[in-house]
Amino acid sequence: MNFNRRRVLKGLLNGSAVTVALPLLDCFLNGNGDALADGKPMPVRFGTWFWGLGMDSKIFIPKKVGAGFDLPEELDALKPIKDHINLYTGFNAFRDSSPLLCHYTGWVIMRTGIAPENGDNRPGETIDVTVSKKIGRTTRFQHLTATATGDARTSFSYENANSPNAPEWSPVNFYTRLFGPDFQDPNAPSFKPNPRIMARKSVLSGVMEETQDLTKTLGAADKQRLEQYYTGLRELERQFTQQLTKPEPLAACHPAKAPQEAKTGNDSVLTAERHKMMTDLLAMAVACDQTRVFNMAYSAASANTIKSGYEKPHHTCTHEEPIDDQLGYQPNASWFIRRSMENWAYFVDAFAKIKEGNGTLLDNVLIYATTDHAHARTHSLDGIPVITAGRAGGKVKAGIHVDGAGSPAVRVGYTAMRVMGVDIPSWGTRSNATSKDIGEILA
Amino acid sequence: MNFMGNSVSRISIKKAARASAATALCTAVLALSACSGQSGESKVAAAPAVASGPADLGTALRVRLITEEQYFNTLSYVFGPDIRLAAHFAPMRRTEGLLQGGAASAGVTASQLEQYQRTASGIATKVVDPEHRNLLVPCKPADEKAADRACAAKFLKAAGRLLYRKPLTDALLAGIVEKAAANADQLKDFYAGLGIALEGMLISPNFLMVADRAEPDPRHKGEQRLDAYSLASRLSFFLWNAAPDDFVLKAAESGEILTPKGRAKVVDMMLASPRLTAGMRAFFDDMFAFDDFDNLAKDPKVYPSFTGVTVQDAREQTLRTVVDHLIAKKGDYRDLFTTRSTFMSPALAAIYNVPAVPSWRPYEFPEGSPRTGLLTQISFLAGHAHPGRSSPTLRGKALREVLLCQTVPRPPANVDFSAVENPSSTIKTQRERVALHLKNPVCAGCHKITDPMGLALENFDGSGAYRTTEKGESIDPSGSLDGKAFTDVVGLGKALHDHPQLPQCLVRRVYAYGTGGPTSSDDKPLLDYFDKQFAAEGYRLPDLLRTMVLSEAFGEVRDERAPAATSAAAGAAQR
Repeated sequence: MNFNRRRVLKGLLNGSAVTVALPLLDCFLNGNGDALADGKPMPVRFGTWFWGLGMDSKIFIPKKVGAGFDLPEELDALKPIKDHINLYTGFNAFRDSSPLLCHYTGWVIMRTGIAPENGDNRPGETIDVTVSKKIGRTTRFQHLTATATGDARTSFSYENANSPNAPEWSPVNFYTRLFGPDFQDPNAPSFKPNPRIMARKSVLSGVMEETQDLTKTLGAADKQRLEQYYTGLRELERQFTQQLTKPEPLAACHPAKAPQEAKTGNDSVLTAERHKMMTDLLAMAVACDQTRVFNMAYSAASANTIKSGYEKPHHTCTHEEPIDDQLGYQPNASWFIRRSMENWAYFVDAFAKIKEGNGTLLDNVLIYATTDHAHARTHSLDGIPVITAGRAGGKVKAGIHVDGAGSPAVRVGYTAMRVMGVDIPSWGTRSNATSKDIGEILA
Repeated sequence: MNFMGNSVSRISIKKAARASAATALCTAVLALSACSGQSGESKVAAAPAVASGPADLGTALRVRLITEEQYFNTLSYVFGPDIRLAAHFAPMRRTEGLLQGGAASAGVTASQLEQYQRTASGIATKVVDPEHRNLLVPCKPADEKAADRACAAKFLKAAGRLLYRKPLTDALLAGIVEKAAANADQLKDFYAGLGIALEGMLISPNFLMVADRAEPDPRHKGEQRLDAYSLASRLSFFLWNAAPDDFVLKAAESGEILTPKGRAKVVDMMLASPRLTAGMRAFFDDMFAFDDFDNLAKDPKVYPSFTGVTVQDAREQTLRTVVDHLIAKKGDYRDLFTTRSTFMSPALAAIYNVPAVPSWRPYEFPEGSPRTGLLTQISFLAGHAHPGRSSPTLRGKALREVLLCQTVPRPPANVDFSAVENPSSTIKTQRERVALHLKNPVCAGCHKITDPMGLALENFDGSGAYRTTEKGESIDPSGSLDGKAFTDVVGLGKALHDHPQLPQCLVRRVYAYGTGGPTSSDDKPLLDYFDKQFAAEGYRLPDLLRTMVLSEAFGEVRDERAPAATSAAAGAAQR
């Protein structure tokens, strides 16, 4: 007999519980383990990761280009994940005639392809928002944004000039949002649509009408804000609809118990602890297909992470610590970057250790990691580093060091968007404009 | 032909004419008030009427997203304080020194709306739960397991008026009641249906967005003013940081709030209300950028006494000091920077090195103490310092930007930091360190602006604790502020107290906060007028607030709206 889950579940009516006893794993996938049981390919997801204050090229850039590259001392923490990542050096972010806004211009270019004109200017939309419009419309959350800084202002994702995507910063709140009462466990033995969700959905139409009525009375700029509001209501409606639908089972989805609240403070140990907690939640949210687009910030641009007992936070350190004559670099500034790389390794590994199909969750993900400067001490944008992780469902190779030879760094983002199916002929403006993907990494 | 010159001239003429008319009207109102003897009708003692101020172009029509605190204040006033939930909304973007300025341009993303929905659901569930329903729902349904339209309408009409800040139209109310009824029948639970209807109201832009509405100003042909409900909201969010209550809405419903006398009556009631404290705490929390305290932390190895409790209490101490001095004692704003009176908590006593107190207590630093004024409170000292050390530059910059409304330029991108890369162990104090900045002309330009007054605070370390030496070296706390030299922090407090821009900065921030957006050069005559009034009234905040909100300008608007290309409905339908 051809076992068909949809057929078993068909007939679900009016909130009555349906109990099905199915062996997990076996029935989720097709015979080869490389697609879902219904024949659809494994979803491909996109993520971003951010660390502040760049690197020191002398101890960050591998000597060897291509596969099998070496790991200089500032990248030592990446040993366990080296085969899962690609490293991009020698690329540039171009500000052209725009001012160099320290710790701002760089990250905005890397996330939008556009150099901002001033500190209040947020041009375009960030790459995650663009990708989420392509691949994020079928999941509960179109995208998720989190930070390890504990600061509700640390976000590198925005929809438009006045709409940053505020990050989740509290593990408890994040857990509640993801896996609290509104979570539909895809592997639950029974499914009972919540009649209150139906009721909630029913009142949305009235709110939409109120929104439209209010919109009619406003000027153009405020109308746009209300249109965005209306879109949010539609998104809420879609979320409710989804909560009323039995989700497909997902073997990789095993949410842990609710975490304790994280300690506040900028000490690197506390930051790493929060990063771990938020990462574990985010990775599980992806495994549970709650979202297919996600953002994590380990630190802010101008990171204020503290090394216990050392008086200068990271940003101040980059400017005030002398270069050690023997070492040839700023030892404490590099200490902070090494912590960043340790946390990046944790982030990548969190996806690598979740099994999905015949491989891991990381195989079906592409994570785009960027920073704000190449060398923070001098606020340089030339040589701004990028790292990616994952194989995007087999579309991308990993374990490669690419030398950009001075070409636009946003080529990495452009390539990522193309891999995610965003059909754009080019990305970025002025000298950052590119229509050239990075062929070396494409499978 | 100088177009701008003509334009300014036309406006000036218009303003002069308007000022004259305003004075005449004010005189008439004063006379009427003196004869009618109606002041006894007011719940508060009648305060003297004030001049309505010079004419102004008015503020732009704004649509403000309510802040997290406004949201919960309003709901606490409508449904009771225990209705509050631990929810956090996206922070506003600081604009011209105020987060409130960002509310007029903040967009609402889908994620935010989801957050509002979750919060609304939690609150609505509480409002109709068995513990609260008897108190908050003014009637009992005939059958708790079925719809009761009349009872639902009674609750939703009253709550809707307070949440939407105006009465609901019959059609709107009927639609909401019908949804509540349908859901009550579906869920076989009257209160569940009612709660979900309330949830809908709480995610409506009519609740979350404060939209200014204009109407022709009958006193000035061809010009516009806020309509009565918009004026009620502007007054209330300004003075109370919450939506208007029943009394204020009644004054809007009757139109009384639009008359000078009626507005004065409402304003005097609002100024006398305990809610003014919450309102002014919110203003100073915003002006002093205390949102930074949400993430303030010190290195525990360097400052082991400085904990998360210290952070909370430092913020609270300053707000208590400000409110007590300005509202309770009706003190001179400038004296906040020289006063030795404050409040002390157990956590703060450890840093201030004063005898422990069991809980919050009023506290007076002894005469001769260097702790004089807000600059010497932990909130300023620790809030503008590094995690492991003090910072004369950050403190000087904050003094100029936060308290004097000046702008300190950003450091240049290509700055050469080699001068401050300090390998020399002979350099021990911050004074010696920052002196190195002055060797580089690129650095010196800005550091001359910030450091001389910041150095006067060097007797306080990065946690705010008092010290006389740094790394064994005696600290020299002398400095200067815009030409006034002093030998220590007490002198800095006096110099700041006497600085002409100190009260002017407050005036600008208060007016921008109250009207929801930055002031412009067009507002200069009006702001000059407020400056003069503020000085004449002894720099007392309640008087300044009264002067501002009773000025004609406060209720005047200019409609700068460009015609929109598409409606939301059309735009949304296309999506």
